[in-house]
Amino acid sequence: MAIAEDRRRLAARLIWLRVSVLVVFGLLAGGFWFIQVVQHTRFQEMAENNHQRTLSLRAPRGIIYDRNGRVLVENRSAFNISIVREHTRDLDRTIALLAEVTGVDEARVRDIVDRHRREPTYRPIVVVQDATLAQVAAVTARRLDFELPDVMVQEVPTREYPGRDLAAHLIGYVGEASDQQINDDRVPAGAIVGQSGLERVYNQMLMGADGARRVVVNSVGREIRTIEELPPVEGRRVRLSLNHAMQQAAEDAFRAYGYWGAAVVLDPRTGDVLTLTSLPSYDPNAFATGIDRAAWTALNTDELRPLQNRAIQGRYSPGSTFKIAVAAAALEEGLVTPDHQIYCPGGATFYGRFFKCHLAHGHGYVDMRHALEKSCNVYFYTLGNMLGVDRLRAYAEKLGLAGRSGIDLPNEVESIVPSTEWKRQRTGEKWYAGETISVAIGQGQLSVTPMSMAVMMATVANGGTRVVPRLVTAIDEGDGEGWQPVPLPASPVPPMLMKPSTVSALHDGLWMAVNAAGTAGRARIAGRDVAGKTGTAQVISNQGKARAGATAKDLRDHGWFVFFAPRDNPEVAGVVFAEHSEHGYLAAPIARHIMETYFAQKDGLPPPALQVPGPGGSAPTPAPTAPIRVAANTAADER
Amino acid sequence: MFERRLYHHIDWLLIGAVFALCAMGLTMIYSATGGPTSVYWTQIYAMGLGLIALLACLSVDYRSLGDKSHLIYLAMVLTLVGVLFAGEVRGGSRRWIDLGPFNLQPSEFAKATLALVLAKMLGDSRRQALTNHDLLFAGVLTAVPLLLIARQPDLGTAVTLLPVLLAVTYLAGLPMRYLGVVAVVALLAAPVAYKFGLQDYQRERIATFLDPGQDPRGAGYQQIQARITVGSGGVWGKGFMEGTQGQLRFLPVAHNDFIFSVLAEEQGFAGVIVALGLYLFVILRSMEAARLAKDRLGAYLVLGVLASFTFQVVYNITMSMGLVPVKGLTLPLMSYGGSSMIATLAGFGLILNVRMRRFTN
Repeated sequence: MAIAEDRRRLAARLIWLRVSVLVVFGLLAGGFWFIQVVQHTRFQEMAENNHQRTLSLRAPRGIIYDRNGRVLVENRSAFNISIVREHTRDLDRTIALLAEVTGVDEARVRDIVDRHRREPTYRPIVVVQDATLAQVAAVTARRLDFELPDVMVQEVPTREYPGRDLAAHLIGYVGEASDQQINDDRVPAGAIVGQSGLERVYNQMLMGADGARRVVVNSVGREIRTIEELPPVEGRRVRLSLNHAMQQAAEDAFRAYGYWGAAVVLDPRTGDVLTLTSLPSYDPNAFATGIDRAAWTALNTDELRPLQNRAIQGRYSPGSTFKIAVAAAALEEGLVTPDHQIYCPGGATFYGRFFKCHLAHGHGYVDMRHALEKSCNVYFYTLGNMLGVDRLRAYAEKLGLAGRSGIDLPNEVESIVPSTEWKRQRTGEKWYAGETISVAIGQGQLSVTPMSMAVMMATVANGGTRVVPRLVTAIDEGDGEGWQPVPLPASPVPPMLMKPSTVSALHDGLWMAVNAAGTAGRARIAGRDVAGKTGTAQVISNQGKARAGATAKDLRDHGWFVFFAPRDNPEVAGVVFAEHSEHGYLAAPIARHIMETYFAQKDGLPPPALQVPGPGGSAPTPAPTAPIRVAANTAADER
Repeated sequence: MFERRLYHHIDWLLIGAVFALCAMGLTMIYSATGGPTSVYWTQIYAMGLGLIALLACLSVDYRSLGDKSHLIYLAMVLTLVGVLFAGEVRGGSRRWIDLGPFNLQPSEFAKATLALVLAKMLGDSRRQALTNHDLLFAGVLTAVPLLLIARQPDLGTAVTLLPVLLAVTYLAGLPMRYLGVVAVVALLAAPVAYKFGLQDYQRERIATFLDPGQDPRGAGYQQIQARITVGSGGVWGKGFMEGTQGQLRFLPVAHNDFIFSVLAEEQGFAGVIVALGLYLFVILRSMEAARLAKDRLGAYLVLGVLASFTFQVVYNITMSMGLVPVKGLTLPLMSYGGSSMIATLAGFGLILNVRMRRFTN
């Protein structure tokens, strides 16, 4: 029957359909089981990556203070504009739009992005550092329109140097970590680290620890809420030995007198660096927000070499200032007494060669004190000849004039004081005794940094203890314990306690050079008993000078002035090195201004006004108190 | 017309399951849209209207409806033509008729209408087997609304008419070899259709489906996000309104096309199994109605209605896992959508109608 057969077929086909439906739903359930149960972990992670972001919170670097608590380096808030490629749909479009909105050259933006291309896409690439408020507003507006969901504006602490180029070489500057620093120092990519000066030496301490914030974001990258926040730990605060007023005084004085150069002033009792300057300088603020290539090239190719720290990286002939070391050596070795007199007829013959004194008609009979006062060459030729170069070298080292000072700054160069061994190693030749005669007045193959000169003056001032100059005196770990003093660094040489007779002879002679008929009368300060000595560093020999004629390069000699004060129980000791000042006594007023500032501060007085000399450069010459005429003012040949 | 004893033959279990699914969908819409929004309330009104439509379709004997099927079909076709000329344009397609307080999408009602007219035509046939003439006529009856809907354009809804034709003709005795022929022709025609029959954006969709990683931020985005949404749900889910993917809008149109993904994320595998079980129960229970039907008209009508429903359920759920290309096909009973809700409930009214009247003459 038709209907019955009809029903049978219908029932059979319905069974097939039923089976098909069951199979399909079984497959669906299996599919969900596979995705939701088997692969759950993987998708869970992907979902979290979708909506959770970890934002790095940059730690502010530690604040640096001078010895009196004045802020030398601090932080300010700056805005960085970055691209987070993870959210990027079309990188080219983002770059073009961002460049247009911020007014930055598109090629530059592309260049920055290319440099970071291999980093993970969730890490922001900073495109504009220290953005202006206008740039921030423009970007934020576009973000709200969802046009730039992959661009982030972050407020970050940025290094600020309120003194601008003041003490720039010693403080240093910061910059983005180089590939080498990322590998060697284990700092994260994109971190801001110290690149020179104290910022580099104490980077680990100053850096602090970056924090992190985990946030929930929605599909267009807007932050919905914070899940957890690990606040950044500020870098440790550091107190320096530096005296801001003296540093300022030194740099002001150099500019007022129109010289470039270097100055170092130490506390001879501890080695604390009170002043350390090198000019010309640069503004480290330019580095804090990423220096552009043109400015960097300009700094690097400048013939005046503003990036060089002349105080520890410049090496110059010491000239007459070396006579202090010769005097100390001869007295300590007992070769002469302070009262030993030598006759100066205007020159003397050693090993068959005539060596001139700078005073053609001679100083007559001089003892140690007068020899230092007048800088008599013949006296020191004689002492040098008695000592020999190796003993000179040994005392130079004990005084701190040879080798490195060991200051806590990077890239200090070694000061060179020759010895027979040194010459043999360097040239393979033996030392001739005749060479020692030139060395005894600071000529020949002597080459020293202003820093080592300052250390020698500190050693002479404190009676024979070679100090190690140091900048950091105390550190605040941020643990609530307050300032913790940093112990004094150990001296690299055993203390050489000089005989009292040696000390008094040196102190007297150097005092007379300033306060009697010596060459350094311009450093005199009433009632302060300044002791000092001038020197001239030849840039080129006299013959060479004649040959060179009128070249563009400045071949004028450099001037030295080394000093300490007061004569008894000195509190400051140091050096002023004035490039191309031709005479050491022209560097002396700079030192006087620094010392006046020191004493004024000590007495609670306002800092002294800087007396700028007239165009003639005619500062008062000292009234002679000794019978012998002062030759320095006129002597073109002073050594 | 509505005899008292009929009341005892109403399939309360089926009604219960259908409304349980509606309630689940409503809950997920509440979660996906973030509270009692206008979307939520619209869905509730639609459910009310759907219940009325269900009762209306229940109360009139399906045989009387079958007798009027040609008129109903004609009205449907005319409405679809009207939509093409005077419909509301949204999102680039013309699918809606503005009825003042709400918009109606006539194409949703085309499915049940087609099921009715095909069931009447093939059910009334006195011949033993299905003739080619019958098949051709059924094909034409299907093709007219299909093409009209495809012109809107709304390829997704248009395609749901094919299962209706397939299911009714299959039950009516479509020879198996025909199915084979159709399959082979479809396979051969696919590359040609891909090349000439599809728009650029449609080709792009297919290409992206085959390799979502090719364009993870563009067209492949939804597919990847759908899979992440489902997979991150785990066994027990993230909890009501706690789903990150749906709540933070990584998943687009979560309350609509991807409502099942939201369910999978917030209620986990457990919730998925409950929902799948309910759908399976509804489908099998409806098939039972087809088996019990008093006549061929009833059986064909039930299966025709059920065919487009099942196809849409399976496709949408597979899509919610990111396993088939994203198509604008809603999940019947759960997705947000007034016309779909009303039409689907009306369809179940017809199924209940057939089962209820299995003993009447």
